[in-house]
Amino acid sequence: MSGLSRASRFVWFARSKNRKAGRMKFSTYILKRILTWAVTIWIGVTIIFFIPRMFPSDPIENMLGQIEARSGSMDPVAKEAMRQQLKIQFGLDGSLLEQYGTFLWRGLFHFDFGPSLMNYPSPAGEIISTYLPYTVGLSGISTILAWLIGNFIGLLAGFRSKAKSSKILEAIAIFIYPIPYFIVALILQIVFAFLLGWFPLTTTINSFNGTAVFIQSLIKASILPGISMLLIGTGWWIISMKSLSASTAEEDFVQYARWRGLSEGRIGGTYVLRNSILTQVTALALSIGGVFSGSIMTEIIFGYPGVGTLIQKAILQSDYNMILGCITISIVAIATLTLIVDVIYPFIDPRIRYS
Amino acid sequence: MKKIWKNSNARFRIGLIITLIFLFIGFVIYFIPHADPFTYNTYANKLGASIEHPLGTTSMGQDVLWMLVEGIHNSLSIGLIVAAIGTVVGVFVGLLAGFAGGILDRVLMVITDTFIVIPSLPILILMTSLMKGTSTVILLALVLAMFAWAWPSRQIRSMSLTMRERDFVHVAKFSGENTVEIIVFEILPYALTWSLSNFMNAVLNAIASESSLAVLGLSPADLVSLGNMIQWARDRNAIFNRQWLWIGSPVVATVILFVGLFLLITGYNDYLQMKRGR
Repeated sequence: MSGLSRASRFVWFARSKNRKAGRMKFSTYILKRILTWAVTIWIGVTIIFFIPRMFPSDPIENMLGQIEARSGSMDPVAKEAMRQQLKIQFGLDGSLLEQYGTFLWRGLFHFDFGPSLMNYPSPAGEIISTYLPYTVGLSGISTILAWLIGNFIGLLAGFRSKAKSSKILEAIAIFIYPIPYFIVALILQIVFAFLLGWFPLTTTINSFNGTAVFIQSLIKASILPGISMLLIGTGWWIISMKSLSASTAEEDFVQYARWRGLSEGRIGGTYVLRNSILTQVTALALSIGGVFSGSIMTEIIFGYPGVGTLIQKAILQSDYNMILGCITISIVAIATLTLIVDVIYPFIDPRIRYS
Repeated sequence: MKKIWKNSNARFRIGLIITLIFLFIGFVIYFIPHADPFTYNTYANKLGASIEHPLGTTSMGQDVLWMLVEGIHNSLSIGLIVAAIGTVVGVFVGLLAGFAGGILDRVLMVITDTFIVIPSLPILILMTSLMKGTSTVILLALVLAMFAWAWPSRQIRSMSLTMRERDFVHVAKFSGENTVEIIVFEILPYALTWSLSNFMNAVLNAIASESSLAVLGLSPADLVSLGNMIQWARDRNAIFNRQWLWIGSPVVATVILFVGLFLLITGYNDYLQMKRGR
């Protein structure tokens, strides 16, 4: 799936485990990262600008057709005026290069993607901004929780890798982690919402009867989607952290700490944790893209009002401005979040800070 | 083969058995003559499990078992096609970058890194939603392959960088082999063992992406795949009508297939690491 996909994360992880952190000057590192960030966004946005233009369908004619179908036929002069107006609104006037410039300028710097077709004439960017907080909240909270819980369990399991409970925990994690997000969501929905009836089948968020009612319905609606994302996320962090801490626990300095007579808790919490957690911070940056894709799929299964559901609606109604807007924003958001995690990294890793 | 089995771990064995069972269903049982499972009203609607229809029939009178077999066949095919394209392109780009060096290497790696970092699902959604209605299996496979080459190419490049300093490559060079011969005869065999786990990885990813697109209604509408089967069952209210065999069989099949492939990949990686003496 997106970014570094889930199984390839395993390959990446298996091979990076024994690598020492690169020693690079701090400013060079940051500069390089920011450059990669800009290039990623630029190439991503360039791809999504040119792809629709390689397809034969003309969005303006489609849109005029849809408007006519809804409100009856128009006279040719009005139609021509509307066509020109729409071309300007959609950034389809002028040469390809001019269009490209407008697209970059409007989309990247103002998050203006033109009017949405399904909610014409409200701007797509405005509608996305009402859906975005739900996605950010759902995936953000479940990712952070999964990272904390998974690393904690993984550390315990790796530190006592011979214990039976560690092996059982790892087996469960290995069984859950490879399952696609939407299947976990579907199974939870069938079991807990349909068969047991503990949760509503579809999401209804009540935003009209005051803040307290809103928060209550939001929490109720978010539990199942949150759990389904948490399960897969936690699975990965358990698997990777267990493997990391198990190999760290065999290193000489840990053995030396044991001979010094330090308590097991101290060894686990300080010596093993500190040396294993660094890789997990980088892995967190790499996982953001996958989490976003997972969030899209989970939202669609539960009808949760985030960007995923919005994309699905937009696809059903062929609202390309909306699709383009959602995709541009998601590329920028994922690249930026990854950048933030990578920039924080040197502050956690003393080997980079002091060199 | 026997030696590999003997030296391998439990994960690898379980994964291999599951994967082989699925390959058998998808590419052997599939060819047993049967009625086209996609055609509506071939049989009576909503039958329960019976000897003629071990998994019952759908609300549209399709046999669920044969639909599942065809779904496994198509999902695996898409996965294998995408992985094949991705691996070939990835190995080629990786070797090219690793051996050419210089500006070509840098440019190729910037592009590769971007494709690794870029979120693929949104772009796949954009492309397939533009092809809505006209998309075919081949087209879908090509679109999915766009994101399958970057990861192998990164790995092959870093592998070939260390490879080209190895003694046996120097020996080959001094005994008069040219660069192409060195790449084909000396480096490629190594690259292929590394690529195998990437290949299986790409199969898993392609099947996952296809089923995600299917849930969004963006997979070709006449393609019987595991994802589309789940989506059709959801669309026709199989959950509300409690037709568990219909919705359950593709879900269970997908879960087993993914866990099996994942076990195979991780088991194979552990096996390689053990072979390298770590």
